[in-house]
Amino acid sequence: MKILILGAGQVGRTAAYHLSREPANEVTVVDTNEDVLRDLQDRLDVRAVAGNGAYPAVLETAGIADTDILVALTNSDEINIVACEIAHTLWRTPTKIARIRAPEYTSREQLFTENALAVDVWISPEQLVTEYIARLLSYPGALQVVDFADGRVQLVGVRTRRDGLLVGRELRALREHLPDTEARVAAIYRNERLVPASGDTVIEEDDEIFFVAASDDLRRVLAELRRSEDPVRRLVIAGGGNIGLRLARTLEKSNQVKLIERDAQRARRISEILENTIVLNGDAADEELLVEENIDSADVFAALTNSEEANVLSAMLAKRLGARRVMALINRPSYGQLMENHSLDIVISPQTITIGTLLAHVRRGDVVRVHSLRRGAAEAIEAVVHGTHSRSRVVGRALEQIELPQGASIVAIVRGDRVIMAHHDTTIEAEDHVILFLSDRRHIDAVSRLFQSES
Amino acid sequence: MRSLLGVLSIFGSLLTGFALLFLLPVLTGLLYGEIASLRGFVAGAAICVAAGLLLRLATRPYRYDLRPRDAYLLITVSWLAIGAVAAVPLLIDLPGLSFTRAYFEAMSGLSTTGATQLSGLDTLPHSINIWRHSLSWVGGMGIIVLAVAILPLLGVGGMQLYRAGAPGTVKDAKLAPRITETARALGAVYVGLTAACAVALWAAGMGLFDAICHAFSTLALGGFSTHDANIAYFHSPLIELVLMIFMLIAAVNFATHFIALRKGDLQVYRRDPEARWMLLLILGSCVLVAAFIDIRHVYPDFFVSLRYAAFSVISMATDSGFVSANYGVWPTFVPLWLLFLSCLCACTGSTGGGIKMFRSLILFKQSLREMFTLVHPQAITPLKIAGQAVPNGVVYSVLAFIFLYFMTIAVLTFALLISGLDFMSALSGIVACINNAGPGLNLVGPSSNYSTLNDFQSWVCIAGMFLGRVEIITVAVLFTPTFWRK
Repeated sequence: MKILILGAGQVGRTAAYHLSREPANEVTVVDTNEDVLRDLQDRLDVRAVAGNGAYPAVLETAGIADTDILVALTNSDEINIVACEIAHTLWRTPTKIARIRAPEYTSREQLFTENALAVDVWISPEQLVTEYIARLLSYPGALQVVDFADGRVQLVGVRTRRDGLLVGRELRALREHLPDTEARVAAIYRNERLVPASGDTVIEEDDEIFFVAASDDLRRVLAELRRSEDPVRRLVIAGGGNIGLRLARTLEKSNQVKLIERDAQRARRISEILENTIVLNGDAADEELLVEENIDSADVFAALTNSEEANVLSAMLAKRLGARRVMALINRPSYGQLMENHSLDIVISPQTITIGTLLAHVRRGDVVRVHSLRRGAAEAIEAVVHGTHSRSRVVGRALEQIELPQGASIVAIVRGDRVIMAHHDTTIEAEDHVILFLSDRRHIDAVSRLFQSES
Repeated sequence: MRSLLGVLSIFGSLLTGFALLFLLPVLTGLLYGEIASLRGFVAGAAICVAAGLLLRLATRPYRYDLRPRDAYLLITVSWLAIGAVAAVPLLIDLPGLSFTRAYFEAMSGLSTTGATQLSGLDTLPHSINIWRHSLSWVGGMGIIVLAVAILPLLGVGGMQLYRAGAPGTVKDAKLAPRITETARALGAVYVGLTAACAVALWAAGMGLFDAICHAFSTLALGGFSTHDANIAYFHSPLIELVLMIFMLIAAVNFATHFIALRKGDLQVYRRDPEARWMLLLILGSCVLVAAFIDIRHVYPDFFVSLRYAAFSVISMATDSGFVSANYGVWPTFVPLWLLFLSCLCACTGSTGGGIKMFRSLILFKQSLREMFTLVHPQAITPLKIAGQAVPNGVVYSVLAFIFLYFMTIAVLTFALLISGLDFMSALSGIVACINNAGPGLNLVGPSSNYSTLNDFQSWVCIAGMFLGRVEIITVAVLFTPTFWRK
């Protein structure tokens, strides 16, 4: 698939990285900064074109004529929109994705209908990250919570603790503990390595477990793996950037929110926007400030500034000063690996959160949702099954008959409004939404091919 | 000097226009056959026209567009001088009335205070009574235009908050792109509401002449009446109810009325924090005072208490000063509480006086902010009204205004004390005058009037009424050397 990415900023580079490591893709990146492009070309197998991505001539040089997907990720909403319009008008590019951050645009739904702006899909990384964190906070204890089938099913990552009811028992005990609950464990990681999960696998302390459950049953399953925690009430946010501001705005009605921002002018501006949040002007790594603002009684400390080093340090400091759970926004996967589980409770990677939306459009077959897990090493996919028994390799077959690549498993099926947990004898029907867990994303191509109906 | 001449030129036009107002008492006089008492009005009108034309002719070469700061001079000169010509008919037609008393009456009308030194109102010629009320009415119109269109431009006492297009409370209060059109729109609302009030009063059982007079002084929140006994004369709960409703209407920002009318949406009132808090405070006080005097057995049953309490609270809190019961004899808490309400309730851009609700709100929130900062020293806490941050400059302006307000009360009260008046009469009289409410307590209380004051005391009260009406700073600025420096 030919993909053209405009903008080599943080999101653009990550997108290029993730998309170019899938052999089926041919990626071209356009940016005005030649140094960044040179650096990118050194590290990734991509083509780079320098220039303004909204100019037709530049797009032409970058090969827009036979591009399948245009992904406009420059830091200007307007350039992204114009680029999509131009690609649509001059070249009828089939799929156009644009990053649009300003709620002033995204709140007007009519703008993104047919015959309006030529943007097929808009993504707002800040909004995605904010929603992600808000969802995490509503399930205290979870490391990661992602939605499938419009929120009917959720996949949750959680680290077990000794006080969980199921810890030290076999996996099949879950069914006995919660007879009416539909849940299925998708993967167990122990010491960063995948452990094959079966009914007699014994769950240990400090395991990282991924399970799927219908949204209503989530909390009960979580309680099996670690003692249920009090809901988040007091939240301290470090960094009043777009994400910090949005998060405070989402949560200030229901929680007690404090927000620390270093820049006095920015602090003033956001204090005018926010209503119930206490906006503090100061350094999030200032011990005195944290103590003065009762960090020891905070349920969650979220470090969301632009600097990942500052996030790590202030989150570690907050943890030492008594914050119950700390999370930090970290872009570099290596940092994330280093910090999670040791010094920080949760590492939030904006790239992994954002990239899923892009990946869903790149995949072959009818893939509607892709969530990157474990810093991009694993993936959860929601795919729609089409075709008939004769033309598809999955329709009408029981799960045990389907040849999945190694490390891939079907964990749940959504049929209409019904959520079905996967068993070896479950039969797949046409138009089912199948949710798969892939512990090794290198097999992604084989999986997408499986769900393509042969016409 | 050039600017003074320019101001005089504009004032000349204003004076010529003011002559039109004399038509009303003249027509009334003709209608009621009171030809004898018309000399004064004819003379007054003649003086206005002559002086106005003369001023315009004499200052013709200096006529130029006003600079914003010339407005301070214009407001002061016009208000004081128009008071003088308005006193002329009273001086001529009421033999034995001194110039001080005539001027007191005229200024009380123009400043919508409603304090009076005349007695035997019931037997005054109709032309004189309608003259007093129409002075109130014109003064009310003047103050609305001043407060909505001119003071925000000058930024007096934090009024820059109401500047069209400025970030702040009533952002959409930009009624019309030009001041003249804004004035016209507000005038239309004012005239319409006055007509509605007159019709309602007439329907409630007042005579037509009384209905028109009282509608004039209700919308202006003046408090003049055609009867010595004031509203108590009518013995009518229905009339009191109509008056209460229109007093509350007149105490709300007329810009808000205009917007609500244009949008046809009552939600506009709910979004105006001033109107919201004013209503809350007034209704709460009605219940409080009614319960209090009921417990003290001032009246035999609760509903009578409620009727008189509600009327007195609304009348004083909105700075009208109508009287339906002699609350001066109620336990001390009530009259003082009413006087307190008169200081802070009325909205900006209404005909009410005093500190105004928006300043009260800003100061209250500023106090909360100070305390909050003690607990969270590094917190950034913008002062917000209706979800909009108020710039610190506005808060400082309001603080300065409040300081001047209280200093003016103190100085004028001391002046009355020096003249030998008792403390309660002095303080309450000055507060009532500066808030443009009307009745004070004791000698100047609701059952008596200001006629016991001597000349010096009268002038002190005139000063209070005038200063309170034009928001003190407008006049005070004329006494600063920088204003006159080239």
